[in-house]
Amino acid sequence: MRFMLLFSRQGKLRLQKWYVPLGDQEKRRLGRELVQTILGRKAKMCSFLEWRDLKVVYKRYASLYFCCAIEEQDNELITLEVIHRYVELLDKYFGSVCELDIIFNFEKAYFILDEFLLGGEAQETSKKSVLKAIEQADQLQEVRAVYLPRPLIPLISQAF
Amino acid sequence: MALKIVKGSIDRMFDKNLQDLVRGIRNHKEDEAKYISTCIDEIKQELKQDNIAVKANAVCKLTYLQMLGYDVSWAAFNIVEVMSSSKFTYKRIGYLAASQCFHESTDVIMLTTNQIRKDLSSPNQYDTGVALTGLSCFVTPDLARDLANDIMTLMSHTKPYIRKKAVLIMYKVFLKYPESLRPAFPRLKEKLEDPDPGVQSAAVNVICELARRNPKNYLSLAPLFFKLMTSSTNNWVLIKIIKLFGALTPLEPRLCHSTSQMSFLFFLSPWLSPSSLSTSNSTSAMSLLYECVNTVILCVQKLRILIEDSDQNLKYLGLLAMSKILKTHPKSVQSHKDLILQCLDDKDESIRLRALDLLYGMVSKKNLMEIVKKLMLHVDKAEGTTYRDELLTKIIDICSQSNYQYITNFEWYISILVELTRLEGTRHGHLIASQMLDVAIRVKAIREFAVAQMATLLDNAHLLTGNTQRNGICEVLYAAAWICGEFSEHLENPMQTLEAMLRPKVATLPGHIQAVYVQNAAKLFATVLRSQEGNTDRTAAQETSQLMIDRLPLFVQSANLEVQERASCILQLVKYIQKLQQKDVEVAEEVNALFAGELNPVAPKAQKKVPVPEGLDLDAWINEPPSESESEDEKPRTMFTREETKHSRPRHTEVDEKELAKRREVRKQEQASNPFYIKSSPSSQKVYQEAPGVDHIPVVQIDLSVPLKVPGLPMSDQYVKLEEERRQKDRADKKKKEKKKRKEKGGRRGKRDSGPESEEDITPAHMVDIVTEEMPPTAICRSVSLVPPLNSPPCVPSTCQKSSKHKKKKQKKEKEEKDKKKKKKHHHHRHHSDGAGEESVQNGTVEEEEEPLPTISDAPTCSLASPPPFRQVCDIQGNLQDGSQVVVSLIFENKCDSFLKAMEFNVLDSLNSRLQRPDGAGPHDGLTVPFQLPPGVSNEARFVFTVKSIVMPQKLKGTLAFIVKNEDSSTHEKLDFKLHFTCTSYLITTPCYSDAFAKLLESGDLKASSVKLEGVVMPFPHLLARICFHHHFSVVERIDSCASMYSRSIQGHHVCLLVKTADQTVSIDAKCDEPSLLSNVLDEIKLTFSQC
Repeated sequence: MRFMLLFSRQGKLRLQKWYVPLGDQEKRRLGRELVQTILGRKAKMCSFLEWRDLKVVYKRYASLYFCCAIEEQDNELITLEVIHRYVELLDKYFGSVCELDIIFNFEKAYFILDEFLLGGEAQETSKKSVLKAIEQADQLQEVRAVYLPRPLIPLISQAF
Repeated sequence: MALKIVKGSIDRMFDKNLQDLVRGIRNHKEDEAKYISTCIDEIKQELKQDNIAVKANAVCKLTYLQMLGYDVSWAAFNIVEVMSSSKFTYKRIGYLAASQCFHESTDVIMLTTNQIRKDLSSPNQYDTGVALTGLSCFVTPDLARDLANDIMTLMSHTKPYIRKKAVLIMYKVFLKYPESLRPAFPRLKEKLEDPDPGVQSAAVNVICELARRNPKNYLSLAPLFFKLMTSSTNNWVLIKIIKLFGALTPLEPRLCHSTSQMSFLFFLSPWLSPSSLSTSNSTSAMSLLYECVNTVILCVQKLRILIEDSDQNLKYLGLLAMSKILKTHPKSVQSHKDLILQCLDDKDESIRLRALDLLYGMVSKKNLMEIVKKLMLHVDKAEGTTYRDELLTKIIDICSQSNYQYITNFEWYISILVELTRLEGTRHGHLIASQMLDVAIRVKAIREFAVAQMATLLDNAHLLTGNTQRNGICEVLYAAAWICGEFSEHLENPMQTLEAMLRPKVATLPGHIQAVYVQNAAKLFATVLRSQEGNTDRTAAQETSQLMIDRLPLFVQSANLEVQERASCILQLVKYIQKLQQKDVEVAEEVNALFAGELNPVAPKAQKKVPVPEGLDLDAWINEPPSESESEDEKPRTMFTREETKHSRPRHTEVDEKELAKRREVRKQEQASNPFYIKSSPSSQKVYQEAPGVDHIPVVQIDLSVPLKVPGLPMSDQYVKLEEERRQKDRADKKKKEKKKRKEKGGRRGKRDSGPESEEDITPAHMVDIVTEEMPPTAICRSVSLVPPLNSPPCVPSTCQKSSKHKKKKQKKEKEEKDKKKKKKHHHHRHHSDGAGEESVQNGTVEEEEEPLPTISDAPTCSLASPPPFRQVCDIQGNLQDGSQVVVSLIFENKCDSFLKAMEFNVLDSLNSRLQRPDGAGPHDGLTVPFQLPPGVSNEARFVFTVKSIVMPQKLKGTLAFIVKNEDSSTHEKLDFKLHFTCTSYLITTPCYSDAFAKLLESGDLKASSVKLEGVVMPFPHLLARICFHHHFSVVERIDSCASMYSRSIQGHHVCLLVKTADQTVSIDAKCDEPSLLSNVLDEIKLTFSQC
């Protein structure tokens, strides 16, 4: 996997993870271009598109788009599975996750992603062990009051 | 100190945390940028504090801002500070920030090496984990080199959590620091059998990725992977393993079978039936499934399930996979045409596009119309121009693929094209236009129909141009106007079309289309005149002229130069015609002669078959680019100063202003002192530039002599007669030829097309070259010429006419060639049958001395007697660039039924002439002919000879050794021949103007000589043409029965002739600066005429 982007229906970036080292400007440019392309597609269209020399797999959950860029030889369906697995993890961690959870706790979203994928490859396929690792790491962290605006539309119930 | 800490924590209470920042940004939607810049100022303040908690908070906020697209690279050092905090809370934030913000060119990265190493060896597995995660994002070659060992150790960590991360990150390390692969690999391999499934899957991942880059090193792991594949329950791992096998199969075919089937299973399993995976775990179920999914056909059938699925994603992937199969197994996919046509109706555009891609491969003669009909329906329905344009291009692609292979009825195709013009706002007007032109030109039988359709189109042009947004489609009018003009003889009502083409509305079209309108209006005018002059009533013709005169001024005023120029030319012409008409002169024939000649297609590869002359670099500048004005007058000058050309050719150094001015000065002086520089003469160069066929063939620019179109030569009228004669003869020969043609057809396909010459279609032998494939019996149109015209006439209709004039000349030349051969006693029947093969004439610029050499009687060693096994034709051609070089082009034709190979060409060098051999070859070594000859095939090879003196003719003896290969045996054969270098072959046709010619004669440097020919019965023009053709002269001036002629040798000798004729006696007075050359040339001329 080359990179993963989360963005809202308005095109606001919510999370980005690049597994290839690129300059900030390049990242911004690619991100903007891809977001526009995907938002331009109709709801009933399939989740795959060929974009530049990559394949892009995306899926919309409620107001949030999850989008991964993969290489020519990679498997689209398993990438969809990766996306879904990540949403499930977020959901389990935050308890019916919604877009605002990710906005306000974006570092947590990153930590979960990092436990799940490493260097663009799936690191741990078991949801349980990912969550266990995150919880234990969190315990090491000082307890901080986390502001959780509740409840908006839970993502997982709104997969498109 | 204590105070500081207290102060710090108090400050902290008022600091914004991440949540506050996010909320703040959301509350300041209007002035977000301003709000964020204040936040960044705050963050800068926070970063200045010593308190690590404050710093971490600031860094966390920065990470967020970075995502929003703000530059935070200035805080890189602070990020490193936070990374090195001993507290996990902050370390985690620091590493996150680093992984988001750092990239390879971030220079602080090298400060982190020790910190990371410390974290990697931390007793806390989460410290290690966070360091590994961060490293995976920003690892640089330096970091990889320094930390490879530490990470390798971690691969054997006690905790699987660390092991799997370490294994995965090794892949990144390998990429950045490949040397680490060798020492790490054994341990990596061990991890394939790690007790923890996570670690195992990580190892599979890494090895798969590595194998994809370099499969053959991993072949030895196949058994291990096979074991994993059958034992693993993890989908993710299985997919990776199958990918790995996919990479290995090209190297180990035995894996192929299992892989294709496995991959298919697992590809489907997670989606189609979750249970299938569980069954496939047991080996027995596996083998069962192996049996089931046995062939590609079956695979395709399984793909059908995918495509029929309601899930858009599966449908898409199914089509995608099918298009991959289509490439290798088109037949198996074709049976699913129904399904794919169904997909064209899908609501998802991306699926429709995929289906369109597939259609391309599944059309056949039978179903093409049906498919296109369906696509046309979609065109009507399609919303959005992109998809519709895509459909349009696909329709044209499908129909035109492999030279219209699948079209059985061209009338249908033309109507489809006409229907497509009704599309609004398409960008592909030019595509439709070029198809129309292509079909109309190449399919003769369709012309009548096409012209009728195009006339309707022109008549309704307002429908196409009415809306400015429809601009793209008006390109079609370009094609319509040209077709109507060029093939106007097929028009039912030319007058009406002419009227339509001259409507004032036309002036709103783009310039290039208007230009075509104007030009073709003239062609139509000619046609109309012809039909009207036949009537007794002359007024109609005059009215037509009046119509032209009334309407053309509109175009004369056009802002477009091309339109203006053509319109004013034609307007004046029509005015003149009108004058003649008023005097009751019949003009139609003359007007029609303006556009006489027919366009004929040439094979697309014809140009390629013209070999690039040795030493010619097509990319090099011939003249320095900036000196455009110079190059024009430079060329005539170089006729007389040979050294100049040598230098100016390959050089393309930059020339500065000063240098240019200097050169200009030098040139002016040279010109002033050069008696041969004639300013008043029209530039011959210009004339060529306009003739497309000549212009874009680079050969012309090298061989500066230009016999094809010598300016000021009053020869074209002479040629008309010759042409007539030739055609008559051709007609007479036709029957004989057709018989032969039928026999030779098979062999001729592989034969080379001889450049632009084969455009001429009167000789049936050429027809074979052009029409290389005939339509099936079901076809309505008998045949398509599969070869678009080389000159691309449709694009430049105005110049087409010119090129057709060229053609005429060429035809004449060919004709002359034949004449000559006939008279030269050499078995002329053979020449006729091989007309196409002999024309190695390149664009008419080649000076050929046809020397059909060894006849079969000369080849004593040939045992394959009856059909002569071998035949050579040669041209000897002087190389203008180098006065001592002569290029001999030899056409070898295999006339027997055996395969000829290993041909070796050798000539016994004389003192004067020497075959140029590659460096290192001995003086008696032969040259290998760079091709082999299957039966019936001919090919051309070129050999360069160095000649010292050109004043004497000479003959060189040579041999051609070759191997004749039959089915069961192969024998060595030898063929002896003689190469005859005549003095004429050293002459190059060079145009000369009468004033320069006069000066040359006056100069007194030339020695005179003369010769008388008795009993020459041919008309004077023919005689001149003969001398021009055979001896490379050009006519300078002709007055009644007296003409002056000029030619120049490759070494720059001027040869002037004064030819007079009276009562079957021709006297030639000649002058040349080299007496012996002159006498030899005269002897050769005499010989030519004695053979008449």
